[in-house]
Amino acid sequence: MKSVRMVTLLVAICLISFLLVKNSPIDPIQAYIGADMLKVGPEQREKIAEYWGLDEPVIVQFFNWGSAVLAGDLGTSMIYRQPVIEVIGERFFNSLALMLSAWLLSGVVGFVMGVVAAMKKGTWIDRIIKWYCFTLASTPTFWMGLLVLMVFAVWLGWFPIGMGVPAGVLAEDVTLMDRIQHLILPVLTLSILGVANVALHTRQKLIDVMASDYVLFARARGEKGFVLFWRHGLRNVALPAITLQFAAFSELFGGAVLAEQVFSYPGLGQATVEAGLRGDVPLLLGLVIFSTIFVFVGNLLADLSYRVLDPRTREVRK
Amino acid sequence: MIKKFPLNRKQRTLVKIIISIIFLVTVILGGVLLDEDKIVTNLSERNSAPSLEHLFGTDWLGRDMFTRTVMGLSLSIGVGLIGAIGSASIALLLGMAAATMGKMADRIISWVIDLFLSVPHLVTLILIAFTLGGGFKGIVIGLTLTHWPSLARVIRAEVMQIRSAEFVQVSQKMGKSRWWIAVHHILPHIVPQLLIGFMLLFPHVILHEAAVTFLGLGLSPHEPAIGIILSESMKYLSSGMWWLAFFPGLCLLIVVRTFDQIGENLRVLMDPTRNHD
Amino acid sequence: MSILEVENLSVSFKSYTDGFKEINHKVISSLSVALEAGEILAVVGASGSGKSLLAHAILGILPSNASISGSIKYKDEELTAARLATLRGKELALVPQSVNFLDPLMRVGSQVRTAANGGDAVSAQRKVFERYHLGKEVENMYPFQLSGGMARRTLLSTAMVSGAKVIIADEPTPGLDPVVIKEALSNFREFADNGCAVMLITHDIESALQIADKIAVFYAGTTVEIASVKDFVGKGEAIRHPYTKALWRALPQNEFIPIPGSQPHPSSLPSGCLFAPRCEMATPECEQAQPEMRELRDGMVRCIHAT
Ligand SMILES: Nc1ncnc2c1ncn2[C@@H]1O[C@H](COP(=O)(O)OP(=O)(O)OP(=O)(O)O)[C@@H](O)[C@H]1O
Ligand code: SF4
Ligand SMILES: [Mg+2]
Repeated sequence: MKSVRMVTLLVAICLISFLLVKNSPIDPIQAYIGADMLKVGPEQREKIAEYWGLDEPVIVQFFNWGSAVLAGDLGTSMIYRQPVIEVIGERFFNSLALMLSAWLLSGVVGFVMGVVAAMKKGTWIDRIIKWYCFTLASTPTFWMGLLVLMVFAVWLGWFPIGMGVPAGVLAEDVTLMDRIQHLILPVLTLSILGVANVALHTRQKLIDVMASDYVLFARARGEKGFVLFWRHGLRNVALPAITLQFAAFSELFGGAVLAEQVFSYPGLGQATVEAGLRGDVPLLLGLVIFSTIFVFVGNLLADLSYRVLDPRTREVRK
Repeated sequence: MIKKFPLNRKQRTLVKIIISIIFLVTVILGGVLLDEDKIVTNLSERNSAPSLEHLFGTDWLGRDMFTRTVMGLSLSIGVGLIGAIGSASIALLLGMAAATMGKMADRIISWVIDLFLSVPHLVTLILIAFTLGGGFKGIVIGLTLTHWPSLARVIRAEVMQIRSAEFVQVSQKMGKSRWWIAVHHILPHIVPQLLIGFMLLFPHVILHEAAVTFLGLGLSPHEPAIGIILSESMKYLSSGMWWLAFFPGLCLLIVVRTFDQIGENLRVLMDPTRNHD
Repeated sequence: MSILEVENLSVSFKSYTDGFKEINHKVISSLSVALEAGEILAVVGASGSGKSLLAHAILGILPSNASISGSIKYKDEELTAARLATLRGKELALVPQSVNFLDPLMRVGSQVRTAANGGDAVSAQRKVFERYHLGKEVENMYPFQLSGGMARRTLLSTAMVSGAKVIIADEPTPGLDPVVIKEALSNFREFADNGCAVMLITHDIESALQIADKIAVFYAGTTVEIASVKDFVGKGEAIRHPYTKALWRALPQNEFIPIPGSQPHPSSLPSGCLFAPRCEMATPECEQAQPEMRELRDGMVRCIHAT
């Protein structure tokens, strides 16, 4: 049932994006040829159009493209002159490193912040955490990136300004340390902002849990403080937090787009922006599909974590 | 301290909302009324750091950053307003339709909602901006189309709940028309939800506008938008001109935070379950 | 000697009316009741009369928007928050009213074991489960897998393993089959006979009369009468308060006459005697002021005309 829904959604997204892209005012041939446009005569234009199948009706083009996609062929990126699949594959690795680190870091730190705020509800610690989170939720990601860049790269000079790998170094010569060094600032940016959501949700949820009848009863049995949290708070609040974190893949991707742009980090986000700016239709379509799948995987994991971790669904299945 | 303010929590919340609105109106008016002369090129005052004369400093063309920022904020709020109104309208329409027009409509609309939530917002915005060739039209349509789903869900749930309430059932039995019921029973109940939802949409819309513009796919570089100011500032970061990025972003943050606060405070005022606490 | 003494207790909730006005709902007012060692006190009263809140107030687990005044003494000493913290679960135990009081994500066996004080928690839990006819598989279940009756027996078990001196049981019997009810009630009796005390909150006057020593009757957040079980005989001549009499007459085996009207809501309490709007014996005097609790024939009553 769920998978049927996902397939229909994915097909619809492919179709809609395809139609949108086809209706764009950007001339795909010009986008392909780029600066050499002047040297290309009308006959050559036609040849290229024919080669790309651009002279056929849109719906036929869609089916051609669609069947190629099903066969695993997303076409060739116009800007990178490389199969889209390869571009995405390479960059996905970079983005994954970025998103995964930020995801883990913000998840853990945010959870702890939420727990501390809720257990100290009404105190100054709680107020500071709340204020911080609400402020972060209103902070433009790219501006935070710029701040981080100014402080750590420009003022302190601890990090290079931008580029996923040092400029002028061959890909093979890039060491793991280089990569990690270039990863730190974007991860920091995304994590600083990413904690807000988890922290606020965890705080609210834990406050609800601590006011629930079963915690009242636990208190009536003499439990208090850390024991109370450990026995009843943690187990009731961890699951929603994990689910929330998985369901936030969509925002994570959006954040990565901005952070990669600010730090010139060669990931999927940067490729998306490039594709949009320079009219690389196959790459843009490929990225739309890929980001959708990425979001689906997040939702799937969220569902799965419920199935596995929540006894109310787990035991019923047995 | 509490003695000095003989207001209870609800009244204090109301005061906060009013102050926030006054602040936002000032910013909008500031953007409209500010002297455009201050942002003409003035090469004798290039790249100056913040001072009393130029609170936020000047840029590489000697333009006053304070003026540019206020105009940018005003523009952001304007674009945000259009986008949020558009989104809220779609949400209202589809939310009501899903709740009142039968099972099939409900299924279709929830499918469409899922459709819009399946692609990261920013990617959708880039796609739409690309299709419409960027610019004002592209960004406004993109913002309108991407921000309605969550509010639509809230409205759908709310309408469903009201429809099953007793007084509506009674009206139905009395043979009142669908429209009569919608206008007399349902609308008054969802107006608060809509208002709160609308206020809480606003920050997202503004932030996304600034982000897309920053990426170069939104408002054109000739507009005095915050996204443009920040993306231009990137070129000057390494030369230590921190004020180019710092103040405009901070002001955007404050404006967005203010909208968010109004939304949250409205919720405190209107949500009956928060009457205790 | 009273082991637990509640005097002049008031509980109120802060809330907002539709406008911007902040008001205080007084849901319990000038309530006094005492629990003697070796005895079972049954607390009866209509739904919403404040029975559960009294239990929660004694254990100090009222919600945070509640404010409380008056005094609660345990063994003649004020039950302060600090003192309560050391006594809860050890000397004072609660049997709460509903399944929601069990942690939904924790196996019920473990929940009962955490209530045990010292000794072998596992065998204590198994023993008490056996006593309440809860099978061995139950200890590994989650609350959502329990039936209503099983959940209540689990809640009872938590109090029984705790070894407390005072048990406050909030409607422990509905949904149980007669055998288990009997078992539970005789448990309470045995418990009291060993020098402990039980406050048994219930709707069920009949079974209360079977095992309790004294009955406290609640109406609209306060006690209207405290009487010995022995007074509940015949046509209720020995009963002091008009409300209690009406309750007695309303029982099916007696005259089965329902009481007209309904209990006032905390937001609109009458200024005089709280029962006056429904009282057959009411006189203009009754509406002047709320009557004080007074001693009458070895019991307590809150009525100026009671004899
Ligand atoms: N958290 C709360 N906030 C406001 N009012 C409350 C709250 N909890 C209880 N009340 C009110 O206090 C009164 C007494 O409630 P209580 O739960 O003690 O009744 P009860 O006698 O136990 O009834 P029942 O027999 O139905 O369990 C009710 O009028 C109820 O509306
Ligand atoms: S005081 Fe008056 S109104 Fe109240 S119970 Fe006694 S007789 Fe009835
Ligand atoms: Mg109760």
